[in-house]
Amino acid sequence: MSSRINALDPSQTRSWLGRTLHYLLRDKAGAFGLVLFLFVVLSAVFAPYVAPHSPLQQDLHSSRMPPAWHEGGDWEHPLGTDNLGRDMLSRIIYGSRVSLTVGFFGVLISMSLGLVLGAIAGYLGGRVDAVIMAIANLFLAIPYLLLVVVVAAILGRSLINVILIFGLTNAPLFVRITRGEVFRIRKSGYVESAVSIGAGRARILGHHILPNLIGPMVTVATFEMSGMIFYEAGLGFLGLSVPPGVPSWGNMLAHGRQYITFSPWLAAFPGLAIVVTSLGMNLLGDWLRDVLDPKLRRTAS
Amino acid sequence: MQRYLFSRVIQSLALILGVLVLVFFLVRLTGDPARLMAPRDASPERVEQIREQYGFDRPIMVQLTEYLSHAARGDFGTSYHYRAPASELIVTRLPATLELALAALAFAVVVAVPLGILGGSNPGTVMDTLARGVGLIGQTVPNFWLALMLIVIFAVDLGWFPSFGRDGPRSLVLPAVALGFFPLGQFVRLTRSAVLEVRSADYVRTAYSKGLSTRIIYLRHIFRNVSITLVSIIGVQFGYMLGGSIYIESIFAWPGIGRMINEAVQNRDFILVQGIAVFSAGFVVVIQLLTDVAYALIDPRIRYEE
Repeated sequence: MSSRINALDPSQTRSWLGRTLHYLLRDKAGAFGLVLFLFVVLSAVFAPYVAPHSPLQQDLHSSRMPPAWHEGGDWEHPLGTDNLGRDMLSRIIYGSRVSLTVGFFGVLISMSLGLVLGAIAGYLGGRVDAVIMAIANLFLAIPYLLLVVVVAAILGRSLINVILIFGLTNAPLFVRITRGEVFRIRKSGYVESAVSIGAGRARILGHHILPNLIGPMVTVATFEMSGMIFYEAGLGFLGLSVPPGVPSWGNMLAHGRQYITFSPWLAAFPGLAIVVTSLGMNLLGDWLRDVLDPKLRRTAS
Repeated sequence: MQRYLFSRVIQSLALILGVLVLVFFLVRLTGDPARLMAPRDASPERVEQIREQYGFDRPIMVQLTEYLSHAARGDFGTSYHYRAPASELIVTRLPATLELALAALAFAVVVAVPLGILGGSNPGTVMDTLARGVGLIGQTVPNFWLALMLIVIFAVDLGWFPSFGRDGPRSLVLPAVALGFFPLGQFVRLTRSAVLEVRSADYVRTAYSKGLSTRIIYLRHIFRNVSITLVSIIGVQFGYMLGGSIYIESIFAWPGIGRMINEAVQNRDFILVQGIAVFSAGFVVVIQLLTDVAYALIDPRIRYEE
């Protein structure tokens, strides 16, 4: 049955990977986003091999050196050094580890919570749905940045706390999306026919509802991960993220702010790192939305 | 319409009550609010004193009832640091924040709407690429970093604007641009896609075929649809700007609520933090209610959907 359908549709003739690559290469912006994203991920994973220095190694003789292309700069420290003489490039490379860890685990937690609670709410409906959605809407009512800052201030500085904060405060969004999708799919013809031939709840969830959720979830996850990287740096900037000794983009920005008048590069480069990462993930997210969910296709083309 | 209005007001009140309870429990998240509010190096006796002073040693339901009944009368406790009622402090700082938020909103709308309309009306042109580019950059540049870079370029290097303080219209420019940049990106994207969508709608084609001038079609149909889209997200944007003002006001030493939150957090003044959190959420809920009502007034489809 399925092979006959495949033969009729030319876009189905290639393997899944082949098709994905085909779509990706057609969208230059998406391909560029993927390259940027992989660049950041790879430099985080291989930080010890690509960083020219240790991110913690101090050298007070060469403190606050400007970038190499400026007068007084040296290619020994391509992006200059901070006030303790630590190499900026190496700190930025190591800083990507904090950002990506927070983004990845934050999304993992919020997506898992969102899937479970959203599926329960959407599938059971009634009072359970009302309670779950009331709590989700409550969290969405508080301005997001404010909520994150307040909870971070209450819990204190640590990597685990930051991951938990983003994981929990983002869950309501995933709950809402999952519930909406489950509602929509549950009412569709093929689910009703599956019910009528006696398929159980588990089978319907696993076979009909979950596969339909993958597209929207992956797309939202990309944007949310980019948002978490953004806000983690914001917390670091206020001194509310990972402890001050850890090289992270937010901590570097907070530090650079103090020298903004005479050594602006101390704040400029960590910020650029955030922009590049976020740009990559946003382009990738736009592309994923086009490929995985044709219904949401942006009105560009 | 009346029924819609009534149910929205009830909903909003329930939401504010919920936020009050949520914030109450958030402050008690670590299990020991006295420890949280005491200075880091406070002696155990001092912590004990704070516990008694704020009544944290009483049963939690007693505390919650008292907190709610005080909140209903507009009393959010006394700031530990400023030794003044939290509500009074918030009201004093509110005008500065509103001024900044409105300026940022105005900047975003004034730049975004023309750009979005030009881009959406001429898909595939340079104008469209520009609109899409601005839409994307608005989303990817953190406002706290943008604020620092604006200071480096326009305050330190060029000396055009002051780098901090609230002293006349010139001091408003850099903070408003930094805070308005994210909404700007979102407005451009929404305007552009609203125009693209409306351009090909049947009624616009009908209007063209009736021989109406482009100017009239833009005013009557396209502009109207764009304004509906924008009004619907202004509530959300206010929430974002209240949060974003934490960074922007701290960087520019702007004497508003955002800067006060940051100070309160650094001073561990959690009575004040709690007050600001409830107040901001309430503010956003009310703005949301007002935009929903405005939305229902502009767009009859919403009213009749119930």
